[in-house]
Amino acid sequence: MNILEERKPQVYRKGAEPFQLDCNKQSVAGSVSQRACVFCGSRVVLYPIADALHLVHGPLGCAAYTWDIRGALSSGPQLHRLSFSTDLREMDVIQGGEKKLAKALCQLIDLHHPKAAFVYSTCIVGVIGDDVEAVCRQVGAQKGIPVLPVHSEGFKGTKRDGYRAACEALLQLVGTGSTDGIGPVSVNILGDFNLAGEVWIIRDYFEKMGVEVVATITGDGRIDDIRRAHGAALNLVQCSGSMMHLAKQLEEKRGIPFQRVSYFGIEDMAQALYDTAGFFADKSPGIVGRTAALVSQELAVIMPQIAQYRRKLEGRKAAVYVGGAFKAFSLVRALRQLGMDTVMVGSQTGLREDYDELRELCDEGTIIADDSNPLELSSFLQEKQVDLFIGGVKERPIAYKLGVGFCDHNHERKEPLAGFLGMLNFAREVYNTVASPVWKLTPRGAARYRS
Amino acid sequence: MIAIEPLAATRNACKLCAPLGACLALRGVAGAVPFLHGSQGCATYIRRYLISHFREPVDIAVSGFSEATTVFGGGDNLRSGLNNLARQYHPELIGIATTCLPETIGEDVGHLLHDFHPDSDAPFRTIHVSTPSYKGTHVDGFHATVKALVEQLAEGGPANGSINVFPGMVSPADLRYLKEVFDDFGLVPILLPDYSETLDGPQLEEYQNIPAGGTPVADLCAMGCARASLEMGRTMADTGTAAASLEDKFGVTRRKLGWPVGVLESDRFFTTLSEVSGRPTPEKHAKERGRLVDSYVDAHKYVFGRRAIVFGEEDLVVGLTAFLAEIGVQPVLCASGGESGRLVEAVKSVAGDAAEEIVVKGGMDFATMGEVARGLAPDFLIGSSKGYSVARELDVPLIRVGFTIHDRIGGQRILHLGYRGAQQLFDAVTNALLARAQERSPVGYSYQ
Repeated sequence: MNILEERKPQVYRKGAEPFQLDCNKQSVAGSVSQRACVFCGSRVVLYPIADALHLVHGPLGCAAYTWDIRGALSSGPQLHRLSFSTDLREMDVIQGGEKKLAKALCQLIDLHHPKAAFVYSTCIVGVIGDDVEAVCRQVGAQKGIPVLPVHSEGFKGTKRDGYRAACEALLQLVGTGSTDGIGPVSVNILGDFNLAGEVWIIRDYFEKMGVEVVATITGDGRIDDIRRAHGAALNLVQCSGSMMHLAKQLEEKRGIPFQRVSYFGIEDMAQALYDTAGFFADKSPGIVGRTAALVSQELAVIMPQIAQYRRKLEGRKAAVYVGGAFKAFSLVRALRQLGMDTVMVGSQTGLREDYDELRELCDEGTIIADDSNPLELSSFLQEKQVDLFIGGVKERPIAYKLGVGFCDHNHERKEPLAGFLGMLNFAREVYNTVASPVWKLTPRGAARYRS
Repeated sequence: MIAIEPLAATRNACKLCAPLGACLALRGVAGAVPFLHGSQGCATYIRRYLISHFREPVDIAVSGFSEATTVFGGGDNLRSGLNNLARQYHPELIGIATTCLPETIGEDVGHLLHDFHPDSDAPFRTIHVSTPSYKGTHVDGFHATVKALVEQLAEGGPANGSINVFPGMVSPADLRYLKEVFDDFGLVPILLPDYSETLDGPQLEEYQNIPAGGTPVADLCAMGCARASLEMGRTMADTGTAAASLEDKFGVTRRKLGWPVGVLESDRFFTTLSEVSGRPTPEKHAKERGRLVDSYVDAHKYVFGRRAIVFGEEDLVVGLTAFLAEIGVQPVLCASGGESGRLVEAVKSVAGDAAEEIVVKGGMDFATMGEVARGLAPDFLIGSSKGYSVARELDVPLIRVGFTIHDRIGGQRILHLGYRGAQQLFDAVTNALLARAQERSPVGYSYQ
C-alpha cells in the first residue's frame, strides 16, 4: 500500500514506539478524504431541531445534498426535514444575496411559523461579503423570532469548526427561556441526534431513574426547550467532538457541570446511567438503587440473546472508521462484548487525547488512522482480512466491493443502536451481515471459505 | 384572486449542482478520476449522493480550499492535489471541475493547468471544466464536462467509421443496452460518457483504485475521426454541445435525437440507426417491439385516462411524456428543476393529443410541485425517489425511474431506453396501478 508521504504520520500501528499520530489538521489536497466541511458540521448538529427553519444561504447544492438525509426523528413537527435554499444565481453572486436572503426568510417564516430560524452561510457567502448577521437581526426583529446566523462557510476550517459554529448559534438561544418548574434533579442530553428514536430510549431510562430531561440537544430538539436548557443541573455530553464547546461554555458562563457519556454498548450505557445517578445521589435518595435495578432489568432482557450472537461472532475481526473518535471507543468495547477484535480503527476528526485513549484500548497490531481515505481503508480491510466494517455511507461500498460485511453507524441509520435495546439491535445487525451466506459467492469470500 | 408572489427560496430542489454532473460524466471515462477544485465538502457530499444511488465506490478528489487559499488563490492546492492524486491512483486522466468558490474568486484554472508540470513518474492528462453551482444544474454540469472532454482531447485524422454517441445522463443499464443495439446494427459506437461498468461493477478480489470500464481515452481522442455523432436529448442546446463542437472542428456530421423512451421515440432511434448502418432493424429488436405493443394492447384499459405527474431531468421528462402519451396516460404536470428553456417545446412535440392538457414547468422544486399537484388529481407520479414526499402526501404510487433513487436498490439497473426499456416501464406503471386498485379493494381479489 502506498500511503502518501504526507499522510504517513496519520497512520499508526499499535506496538510501534514511540506513539506518534498526527491529527486535527487540514486534509491533504488530493487525498480523497472521507471528511466533509464546516457547513456539514453545523448542518448535522442543528438538523434535528424540528420546529426551526433551516435556510441554507448559497447556491443550491449544499441544501440539496442535505435534504431529509438523516435518521433524526421528531415526535412532533417535521420542519427540519425540508430543504430550503436561497439558490443563489450568477446575478446574486455579482450583486450580493442579502435582499434575496431577507425575502426568502420572511416568506418562509410566514409560511411555516417556525420557533426560530437558522441561516447557514456557505462558501461563497463568505466571499461575496453578504452581511448575514444584519439580515438575520433585521428579519428577527420584524418577525419576532430568533433568526440565527450560522457561520459555516465550507472553507473556513474543518467539520469541527462547523460543530463550533453550531454551538455558537445554540448559545444564542440557551438562557432566553424561563427555567420555572425545572427541578434540581435535571439534565440536558447533549450530542444525541435521535437517530431512529435513540434519544427516546435514553430519555426513558432517565425518567425511570427519576431524572428530569430539560432539553435534548439536538435530537428531537425544540427551540423552547433549548432556550430553557440553562435550568438543568447537569449536562450529559455524548459526541463530545460536536458538543463539547457548548458544554464548556455552559459550565463557564452558567456554572452547569458536564459529564462525558456514551450510550453505545452495554458498558458505556450502564456507566452513563451510574455516573448520572452518582451525580444526583445526594439530591435524589434511592437513585443509585433505582439505576442498578433498571440496568439489571434491561440486561436480563438482552443478555441471553447477546450471548447467542456472541457464540456466532466470537473471534471475528472488525474495522471501524467513523466521524468522531469518541464513538470509536464505544464501538471497540461493544465489539469486544460480542467477542470480536477491532483490528483497524480510525476517525475523521479525532484529537490527540482521543487517539491516546484508542491506543490504550486496542490490541497489539491494531491500525489507528486519522482522516483516512478509500485506498488506505480498502488496503487495511484486505491486509487484516476483516469480517466487518463499521462506518457510514462513504465507507459502505468499500466494504461491499471487497465482500466484507458492513454496519452503518452514521446519521442515516434507521435502526436505534443506542441504549441496551440498541446493543441488541447492534448485535443482530452485526450478525446479519457477518453471517450472511452471500459472502460465499463472492471471490474473496469464496477463497476465505475454502481456506 | 390575489396573485401570489413567487417564493425567493427553493424548497426541496428538483435539481442538484453542476459539479455533481461533472463528476458523474468523468466516472464514465476509462482511467479517469474526478477532481473538484473547491472545498472538501463538495466532494464528500457528491460522493455520498452518487454512492447512495449507484451503490459503488465513487472516489472524487478535491483541492480543499482553506481561508488562506480563498484569499491567495488555490494554485498550490491544485498542483499538490493533482500530484497526490496521481501518486495514489495512477490515473490516465484527471478531470478538474471547479465549484462555486474558485469561480467566485476568479481563479483561472486553465492558466494554472497550462503552467502545471506533474512531478509524478506516471504521466497523466488533464481536462478542466467550469461548473459553478450558481449556474445551471447537474445536467448542465454533465453536458459541459462531456463537451470539455471532447474539446480538449478529441483530434481529427483519417475517418475510422465509428459513431460518436452522446447519450446524456442515462442509467448504466441504458448504456449497456445502447452498446448492444449499436453492436446488433454492426456499428462501432464510442459512447461518451460510459459508466455502465464503472458505476455498476462486479465483486472484486482486489480493490481497484479506478474501477474498470469507461470510454477509453484513445477512443475519446479519436472522436474527431468518426463518421457521425448522435446526440440524444430533445432539450439539448442547438449550439455549444460536444457534437456541435466536433461538427465545427472536424466536420463530423451531427444527428439529434430524443431519448428513445417508448415505442415512437424508439422507432425514430432505430430508424436512425438503420439509416446510419444501412441495415434493417435486427429481428431481435423487431420482436421486442412486437411483444411491447402486444402488452400495450393487453393492458391498455388499466392505464387509459390515468393522470400522471412526470418529473426529473428535462430529457427524461420528455422521454417519459412520449411514452405515457402513447399508452393513453394523461401527463398532467411535466416538471423539472432544469431551466434550459426548451422543455415546453420538447414536451409538446412528443405528447401528441395529450399535449393540450399538460402543464409544463421548468425550474420547479418539489414543494411547489406538491402544492400544484393537489389540484391535478394525479393517479401516480413517475420520477426519482425524491418525489417520495409528494407521492406520500397525495397517497398515490411513485414509480421510481431515473436519477436519483435513494430509497430502493437497483437504480443503476433500471432500463429506460428502447423497446426493452419501454417494456419494463410499462409493466412497472401498469402493475403499480393494479396493485393500488387491489390494495384499495375492501375484500381483495386474486384474479385480474
